[in-house]
Amino acid sequence: MEYFWQSLSFTAEDWTAIWLTLRLCLYTTIILLAIATPVAWWLASGRSAWRTVVQAVVALPLVLPPTVLGFYLLITLGPRGFIGGTLENMGLHHLAFTFEGILIGSVLYSLPFAVHPLEQAFSSLGRRPVEVAASFGAGAIDQFVSVILPMTKRGFIVAITLTFAHTIGEFGVVLMVGGNIPRVTHILSTTIYGYTEGMQYDAAGRLSLMLLIFSFMVLCVVYWLNRRFEMIKP
Amino acid sequence: MTLSVCARLTHSNFAFDIDVAWPAEGVTVLFGRSGSGKTTLLRLIAGLERPSNARVRFRDEKWQDGRHWVPLHRRRIGMVFQEASLFPHLVVRENLLYGYQRIPPAERKVHLDEVVEMLDIGNLISRNVTQLSGGERQRVALGRALLASPRLLLMDEPLSALDTQTKRDILPYLERLVEQAGVPIVYVTHAPAEVERLADRVVFLQDGHIDRVETLKHTLSRPDSPLFNDEGVVSVIEGKVGQKEYGLTPFHVGEDCFWLSAPIYSEGVCRPQRLRILAKDVGIALFKPESTSLLNILQVTIERIDLAREGHVLLGLRLSGGQNLFTEITAWSRDRLDLRTGLVVYAMIKTVALAE
Repeated sequence: MEYFWQSLSFTAEDWTAIWLTLRLCLYTTIILLAIATPVAWWLASGRSAWRTVVQAVVALPLVLPPTVLGFYLLITLGPRGFIGGTLENMGLHHLAFTFEGILIGSVLYSLPFAVHPLEQAFSSLGRRPVEVAASFGAGAIDQFVSVILPMTKRGFIVAITLTFAHTIGEFGVVLMVGGNIPRVTHILSTTIYGYTEGMQYDAAGRLSLMLLIFSFMVLCVVYWLNRRFEMIKP
Repeated sequence: MTLSVCARLTHSNFAFDIDVAWPAEGVTVLFGRSGSGKTTLLRLIAGLERPSNARVRFRDEKWQDGRHWVPLHRRRIGMVFQEASLFPHLVVRENLLYGYQRIPPAERKVHLDEVVEMLDIGNLISRNVTQLSGGERQRVALGRALLASPRLLLMDEPLSALDTQTKRDILPYLERLVEQAGVPIVYVTHAPAEVERLADRVVFLQDGHIDRVETLKHTLSRPDSPLFNDEGVVSVIEGKVGQKEYGLTPFHVGEDCFWLSAPIYSEGVCRPQRLRILAKDVGIALFKPESTSLLNILQVTIERIDLAREGHVLLGLRLSGGQNLFTEITAWSRDRLDLRTGLVVYAMIKTVALAE
């Protein structure tokens, strides 16, 4: 038992990685909620011919190796890429090997995990509640706050937890876009990789165990919430 | 002061092409088979469908014309659907007040207690929506629409998801609402009895076109009205309900009186009630039958005789107060009794019930 607790004593470097990871997950989740909500609403209600294309784009991170996504991002965000180059021309810094860079990577990488639960929630909600709300004088924002959000709460909770948890597990994209720069792009998964490469198995095991427990708890919470909602709603 | 809609749209194998207007007052029923375009017309009025070339006008306001467009939430329309569509995350009171809270206080024409009393939902007020029965839900939905003080009420088959008994229970509430709302109502249904009980005028739709628009009185006076397609010709007679005697309820029509044995739920309804009599439930006698168990025997004058289905004729009879009663008898009986127009005879009625 004593060994177990000892094994959980983190170094300063570990703590930096933990905080960086949490910050990355938090920002990713917030940005994705803002992007995924309108996209999912459009997908759930749209009859547009573009629907299939957008669906495919959203699902791409599910099938692409993270290295492919990371490679394109590195090219685009780097000093000679479209975005990175433009930023350099404006006198700013390009985004390769920066926190902003891995944040953009995470947002793209976790996109389907935010969009899918919301899309599902919105399409099972249907148009009717929104039509009713509109007939009673509720404008778009009012409709969202007073009807859509409370009626699809469960979809939002699933989307938030999945996005957050999935971003913790991110590795390939971060390694490609962020390199492995301590204090800047050193998140938990890449730190573990670094420890293992340097044969520091104790340190790698410490962080791995923590991630394992954390992920397990997150999933337990998700399933528990799911069950509670099922009991509340018929 | 009319409500007018002009629109053309095609969904997959459904062509909808109408240009129609009717007075923006009273109850207008959109009547037709499923797929005739009733609901599409209703959704056009609400602004839930937006075909590019459509024109919708309500009184002196343009709701849709070319690029001009008033969205649903600015039209001040109350809507009641087949499913009550209450918000499950709000309790009954919050559902009732949803529209009420969203209009300026000066424009609120009715208040919570009035509606609660009228619809008899006081005991439900703090309940969860999921604990309500189908009829209770629909009553709450009616109240919610009324509390929003709408300028127009749209109802899309509000009773068709309910069982017969619930329907019977809720109709008087609906009638009271029609009476007290004081706003034009557009009511979609395919049930003739609901039309006969509630309508002031009827818009007949068929395969995405307007067949005709006519007053209820007019459509009831022609034996070939689409209202009669399923059950045969029906007479609708207006009158007033009296006090019970012998467990029977008298129904006064001018000097005539019908006796109703079915229970009547009409408390609180002031406007004339409508009685519904199937033409095949009416028989004819030349002399007043004295020794009979039949209660409803009235002196009438034969006004017209039309051919009905094979071997049958339809007699148009006039009650003493001037209202019409139809009877369908065999052509043989007509010849046997030598029935002619102008003749005074006795109508014997087997079943009399309020339209429901």
